[in-house]
Amino acid sequence: MDNIFAYAFMQRAFIVAVLIALIAPCIGITIVLKRLSAIGDAASHSALAGIAFGLVIGINPILGAVIFAVAAVIGIEGFRKKFSRYPEIATVVVMSAGIGLTAVISGFITDGSENLNSFMFGSIVAISDFELYMTIALAASVLIVTMLLYKEIFFITFDEPAAKLAGVPVKSINLVIMLLTAITVSVASRVVGALMISSLLVIPVAAAMLIAKSYKHTLVISIILAEAFTLIGLVLSFYLNLRPGGTIVLLGVITLILLMFVKNK
Amino acid sequence: MKEIVKVEHLTFEYSDAAVLRDVTFTLNKGDFLGIIGANGAGKSTLIKLMLGMLQYDSGSIELFGGSIKDARAKIGYVAQKAASFNSSFPATVREVVMSNLYPKTGLFKRYKKEHEQRFQAVLEQVGMEDYADRLIGKLSGGQQQRVFIARALIGEPELLFMDEPTVGVDAQSVHSIMRLIKKLNNNGLTIIMTNHDTPTLVEASNKLLIFCEHGYEEFVTRADLSLEDVSDIFAGKRRHHHG
Repeated sequence: MDNIFAYAFMQRAFIVAVLIALIAPCIGITIVLKRLSAIGDAASHSALAGIAFGLVIGINPILGAVIFAVAAVIGIEGFRKKFSRYPEIATVVVMSAGIGLTAVISGFITDGSENLNSFMFGSIVAISDFELYMTIALAASVLIVTMLLYKEIFFITFDEPAAKLAGVPVKSINLVIMLLTAITVSVASRVVGALMISSLLVIPVAAAMLIAKSYKHTLVISIILAEAFTLIGLVLSFYLNLRPGGTIVLLGVITLILLMFVKNK
Repeated sequence: MKEIVKVEHLTFEYSDAAVLRDVTFTLNKGDFLGIIGANGAGKSTLIKLMLGMLQYDSGSIELFGGSIKDARAKIGYVAQKAASFNSSFPATVREVVMSNLYPKTGLFKRYKKEHEQRFQAVLEQVGMEDYADRLIGKLSGGQQQRVFIARALIGEPELLFMDEPTVGVDAQSVHSIMRLIKKLNNNGLTIIMTNHDTPTLVEASNKLLIFCEHGYEEFVTRADLSLEDVSDIFAGKRRHHHG
């Protein structure tokens, strides 16, 4: 049997995967508990349009993804203000725009449609230096924000009006979380795939909520679960020649279902 | 006596329909204001205006002689339980109560030993010292409301707003919560409270703001008012001069 770490691309994939599994729940816990899980989907579909755009004009696709995903979350906030009583309209409109743009822009990709495919479903063979450094910088940013703003993020997530009343800068912190969500989704699309990254944000947190005894506990358990899904998923995908993104997400879904079953017993 | 709240000629409209018209009253330290009125009369709206959660059209609100923003560290707020919280949220009593230490800690700062001591003290005050590390969603309605009162108290407020604090709470817990609130008031805490249970509110408060059936407000000091008098004012059977 091949040694998985004998390959430089696998070492790189593991570093990126460990970092993404570390930060996805840090972002995911807020969007799940604020009932904004669909934002991950809207941002990732917009990121896909950015990837296609990057491939067409010849810039790094991840950079294109970041630009489009950030524009998407800003757009969602705009739509949410306009349709304040129907917040789900915002995510659906932005997600549809993302899918539409991907379909149109991908028609102009003359070389590398296979590349677009790899971003949709994830790939571990082609992580560039730039993408590795971007992931490290993103992970550092998310961890610093999570640690520094831990109590403020908890307060906003649990009770936004009360946090506002206590003087927490709710608008600014929400904006930071939305921007980090957009960037995480974009960067993670390389390994997990743009179509599946939102599940890595949501599933570990949902599973952790079934067994956790506190908010802090939920965060810790969801990070452990995300690491387990990602690392086991990568190893399985290497040896069984499976798509890594799909393997990671399916492991998560199976674990969630098992936990639900055990909890209901 | 120290003036804590001064509301003058306050007017607020929701899309052209006046909800509050020319509301005027003052509260001193240790006052307990009960706000009485039918659903939709503007009771919660008034509290939200006073907390700065809504912007009023005209008039003025002064808290501790200044703006709402400057008074933030001196005020506490207990919202209607059902409206304020998702019971499946994985948070402990400790996490919920301590979150409201924010005005004392500020941005980026961690909790210190003195904050933990304050948490223990406030939990004892509301009789929930055995529940510090329990998930809030697993507690009864009455216990949850005590936790929210503890959250408001941990910031050591001088003025406490309570919007229907006993909604969704069983009858036995209503009594013990009202006893707790009255005790806080007797210790000098100024309280503004709405409650659908008029007799309870009339009994606990020393001032009343009554949103009458006919669309005007009456502010009364209820030293010598019976429940029957209050019902008559509410129904518009008699007017009362601003007290």
